[in-house]
Amino acid sequence: MTDIVIAGIGQTEVGEHWDISLRELAFDAIQAAVKDSGGLKPQALFVGNMLAPNLSNQAHLGVLLADYAGLTGIEAVTVEAAGASGGAALRQGYLAVASGMVDVALVVGVEKFTDKIGADVDSALATTGDSDFESVQGITPSAQAALLMRRYMHEYQVPKDGFAGFALTAHANGATNPNAMFRKAIKPEAYSKAEMVSDPLNIFDMAPNADGAAALVLTRRELLPPNFVNPLVKISGSASASDTLALHDRKDMLYFDTAQLSAGKAMKQAGIVLDQINFFEYHDMFSIYAALQLEAVGFAIKGQGWKLAADGQIKLNGKIPCATMGGMKARGFPGGAAGVYQAVEAVTQLRGQADTNQIANAKFGLIQSLGGPASTAVSHILQRLD
Amino acid sequence: MEIPRHWRLKQQRYSLVGEVCPHCDYKIFPPRDVCPNCGDEAKELYSFSGKGEVYSYTTVYEAPTGFDTNAPYTVALVKLEEGPMITAQLTDVDNSAVEIGMPVEMVTRKMKNDGDERGVIVYGYKFRPTLNHT
Repeated sequence: MTDIVIAGIGQTEVGEHWDISLRELAFDAIQAAVKDSGGLKPQALFVGNMLAPNLSNQAHLGVLLADYAGLTGIEAVTVEAAGASGGAALRQGYLAVASGMVDVALVVGVEKFTDKIGADVDSALATTGDSDFESVQGITPSAQAALLMRRYMHEYQVPKDGFAGFALTAHANGATNPNAMFRKAIKPEAYSKAEMVSDPLNIFDMAPNADGAAALVLTRRELLPPNFVNPLVKISGSASASDTLALHDRKDMLYFDTAQLSAGKAMKQAGIVLDQINFFEYHDMFSIYAALQLEAVGFAIKGQGWKLAADGQIKLNGKIPCATMGGMKARGFPGGAAGVYQAVEAVTQLRGQADTNQIANAKFGLIQSLGGPASTAVSHILQRLD
Repeated sequence: MEIPRHWRLKQQRYSLVGEVCPHCDYKIFPPRDVCPNCGDEAKELYSFSGKGEVYSYTTVYEAPTGFDTNAPYTVALVKLEEGPMITAQLTDVDNSAVEIGMPVEMVTRKMKNDGDERGVIVYGYKFRPTLNHT
């Protein structure tokens, strides 16, 4: 099969953009990505969004964004898979271009959290769980992560500050990412003294909900414009998997099956083994998720994922660098855009354009986007072409 | 307001009615018509005893709309005696007194206000520490 390349990337700063609407945010990212691609003309738009019908009373985003970007006429749809919406939209764009039916696909992830505040945001987030049997009990995604974290700490005798390494690494990396929401490193004491969200999960075990948009332009290698200047990055593996929607229906909730399945399939397609992956952009919405992904993908054995972070093995110079631009913890969690940000950041690394955050000689990056507690996982392997 | 939905779920909410698989005897809650154990069709109703133990628990301080007046409250994963795990609030117990492995039993309690002051009050299952019945 011909190479499917990410020709253009674009992103907005992640944060609380009170003065910018959902469509404006998305357009900023689209404009940047199209320009970066050398002016490719999209034939299809795949929007990754998680909660606009709840948070902004706005559905039909495919058309909204195509219209606002002056692209009416093209195919345009929304792809929704809770927190994995961005990864799922990327996969749909990839499939469209790989099939040959679409020459140039535009993938945009966008989320506008700040149109609502307080309990309304928690209500919107709760719709991503099992409404009849989870959400009705007043459980939120953060409470669910706390349930997982408590059981994990109980089973594997994790000390009180055992998960601190995830936040410390993310904030250290986010400090030098101009698009990150938080650009300040934190000290271990800050983690120890942090306010509880849902015990044992504290404020540093959880990524902040924020506004943001990121975009990608995908095409087949031979269709690149003659003026294309960026180092080439291809999608060499793409896979998605599903598990039970409700956490309580899992046979073993401390193992993220979908993370293993999708990463395994993506690596097989790319023809690589775990040791060849130079960095991993995991879905650190919660530190416990990051630990469970490290285990499911195979970087750590069961119950030991947290130790990789505690031992500094996920830092930029560690055995497997993670959250290299700050991850969701420091860059921020812009819902359905999160998975697209991962791709934008991985392309930045593979092009060698990550400045102080650059991983030396990065050739393969794994990005993994989760919906709920890994009810969905979408994995992509991005590869630098020499 | 979601009145038809609350009405439709009354057997589960008030009396923990799930299913038992006629092919492999696997007990299923909440009901789902494909047995998660053997993959065959399961539609036979089964009432759970309501006894179980705490698998994990936490406290919710920032609650969704309709639950916020009750916050903080404790939610748990409860492993039922018959096998399935269930997500439920704990009641009649202080959060600091909850432990993994603690025996609990189902009771019926007020869950939330559904919408504005004209919305229905939703009742359903919660779990409390098992009383020592003699």
